[in-house]
Amino acid sequence: MVTSATNFSRTGLSDWLVQRVSAIVLLAYSLFIFGVFVLYPELSFEQWSGIFSNNAVRLFSMMSVLALCGHAWIGMWTIATDYLTSLQLGSAATFVRLIFQLGCALLITVYLLWGIQIFWGS
Amino acid sequence: MLVSIYRYNPETDLKPAMVDIEVDVPTDRDLMVLDVLNLAKEKDTTIAYRRSCREGVCGSDGMNINGTNGLACITPLSSVVKPGKKLVLRPLPGLPVVRDLVVDMSIFYKQFEKVKPYLMNNEPAPNIERLQSPEDRAKLDGLYECILCACCTTSCPSFWWNPDKFIGPAGLLQAYRFLADSRDTAASERLAGLEDPFSVFRCRGIMNCVAVCPKGLNPTRAIGHIRSMLIEQSA
Ligand code: SF4
Ligand code: SF4
Ligand code: FES
Repeated sequence: MVTSATNFSRTGLSDWLVQRVSAIVLLAYSLFIFGVFVLYPELSFEQWSGIFSNNAVRLFSMMSVLALCGHAWIGMWTIATDYLTSLQLGSAATFVRLIFQLGCALLITVYLLWGIQIFWGS
Repeated sequence: MLVSIYRYNPETDLKPAMVDIEVDVPTDRDLMVLDVLNLAKEKDTTIAYRRSCREGVCGSDGMNINGTNGLACITPLSSVVKPGKKLVLRPLPGLPVVRDLVVDMSIFYKQFEKVKPYLMNNEPAPNIERLQSPEDRAKLDGLYECILCACCTTSCPSFWWNPDKFIGPAGLLQAYRFLADSRDTAASERLAGLEDPFSVFRCRGIMNCVAVCPKGLNPTRAIGHIRSMLIEQSA
């Protein structure tokens, strides 16, 4: 059993499932947004904010933001542990990877808070 | 024909080099790549490579032939080089080179060892032998035939990036060979050792392993079965 401290979820199985489920959520949301554009070719701001005042839409949006954050974290963690290893970078690898992951975590947190603010603020 | 061979002796050479050597190849029949290599060695006896059975059974002459891993002894020359082109031989990628085409397979065997490639059964042994129905036996077809040549594992990018953590297609094929065996009783213990983010889940389904296996085996499918078993066990 291989262990790794910088992965939040511990098992590869849950990571794998999160990636698949979040991908489906994101696909569904993309289709939804695409549908909105098709249905309202001349979309006005009123119509747009009308759609997003609906609580179901907000919930769906929030779910997608969460899915995006989870998906991004696991994806970036995977990339980091593939390419930022001691094989490529020697002894500096762990330091470089931690900085990279810290950056990712920070960005993801910002997007998450921003998302909450957009969909639930005011 | 011109044969380009990867030459490296860590004790004397600063870095590896590709060295061309002209070999007289009979034109009336198709040789195997290993035959050509043997002819090259007649000209330069210092070329180092492994081979034994010369019929695709021992798995010792796995190498990179014009960019694709394979067993030199059962790879026809005509299948890898067009007439008038060079034959290019390199060691299996991703493993340390001992000399020329000979690689250090330690880490490959270590990953193989991790999956406990032997039958585990905690029930008392019967007087004669542990029997298996023909149907259960058939489940092992396509799994037990592996000769551990390492062509698959050394063609897998996930193994290149994490050779110490990702078990690799050869090891995982054997992991499933014992998970699928009706006489083995250690399935849950075996699965528990595989559920981390690296051992199995670094497989991205690139299928390089399937493309190169000289025995025509399908590690990707076995990995898929392991994944399903892990999901079932956790559900
Ligand atoms: S299918 Fe999986 S094990 Fe096979 S080469 Fe691709 S990543 Fe490696
Ligand atoms: S699965 Fe095929 S390529 Fe891989 S080690 Fe076994 S025989 Fe060789
Ligand atoms: S020499 Fe035995 S497999 Fe090629």
